[in-house]
Amino acid sequence: MVAVILPGNASCQGCPISMAMRCLDEIENPVLVIPAGCSTVIAGIHPNSAMKCPVVHSPFTAAPSVACGLSEAYKRMGVRANVIAWMGDGAVDISFSALSASAARKDDYITIVVDNEAYMNTGTQASLSTFWKARTTTSPAGKTEERRNIALLMLAHRIEYAATASVGYLRDLKRKFRKAGEMRGFRFIHVHAPCPPGWRFPSEKTVEVARKAVMSGAWILWEYDGEFRLSKEGERYALKENRIPLREYLKQGRFSHLDDKEIEELEKKIDEEWKTILKLF
Amino acid sequence: MDLSPLIAKPTYGSAGETGRWRNYRPVINTELCIKCGECMMYCPEGVISKNLIINYTYCKGCGVCREVCIQKAIVMMPE
Ligand code: SF4
Ligand code: SF4
Ligand code: SF4
Repeated sequence: MVAVILPGNASCQGCPISMAMRCLDEIENPVLVIPAGCSTVIAGIHPNSAMKCPVVHSPFTAAPSVACGLSEAYKRMGVRANVIAWMGDGAVDISFSALSASAARKDDYITIVVDNEAYMNTGTQASLSTFWKARTTTSPAGKTEERRNIALLMLAHRIEYAATASVGYLRDLKRKFRKAGEMRGFRFIHVHAPCPPGWRFPSEKTVEVARKAVMSGAWILWEYDGEFRLSKEGERYALKENRIPLREYLKQGRFSHLDDKEIEELEKKIDEEWKTILKLF
Repeated sequence: MDLSPLIAKPTYGSAGETGRWRNYRPVINTELCIKCGECMMYCPEGVISKNLIINYTYCKGCGVCREVCIQKAIVMMPE
């Protein structure tokens, strides 16, 4: 079997985005629209492509609009394609107005956000997705702003399908990709993507860090397909006593400045997030 | 007009022979391995084949395969 993404591409060692890209094999006839970001670099430089599927590189602000246009054009030409706007959290910030409008129109394509919680490709600047108090080059003492929950926000557009996933649980992620690929309408998947150089942990720890995020309650796995539910892999962490201590997850360079009081504040944030999620049933 | 030169073609090693980035080489101990396939699924590079042969031309030596192996069947050997 030949995968959608070929080996020998430009992703860093231990890259979460290439792990997620490999799971695109679950989606039939994918056509990627990629705004600027790590994924642009991974997809390769002309005349070489690391991808076996068609890729359209788009400006930051335009990925949702380009994806909508492509999907409509394919339909009119009678081509069955699964158009995917594949973006990072930076592109979500920059194209948010187009993304929101597209969701409201119920455009027919999938948006997959590989969220490494900062603008990694341009040098680790903080995004709206950056974890509370994380150090980035634009928040050298730790991020002070709020962290936006983009998947919940997209769900509020009453879209067909919304889900969160993690590169620590690829079976769950693949199932969600497959499901989104078989549906029609506006579909949104938010993938947690711990990034070794950006978060400052060794390259072999990508999966471990991703799993610890889920096990400590910091990343919540859920799915909406007309009905809201927690995903099997993460549902036990709704109960606080099942979670591992948050400091286990925070063993990353970007959190090395945190003291006990600040970690307690983070725990409170996470508890609040769970409270919101658990009200959605 | 022939537009085909404008279109990038799928290529192995679009960033070159990425195996050269490696400081450590993953080696599978076939006696300990239970063929669960976890390493194959999680390898970011997709260089572990179904019969568990590692393509060292492109393996970047990240060590993810060793970390996900519950059998501890993979060792990282210095290059
Ligand atoms: S910076 Fe992070 S997300 Fe970007 S290519 Fe490198 S490992 Fe992947
Ligand atoms: S993860 Fe370990 S036990 Fe499983 S197939 Fe790979 S080497 Fe073998
Ligand atoms: S070291 Fe990394 S790239 Fe090489 S086989 Fe293991 S997981 Fe794949």
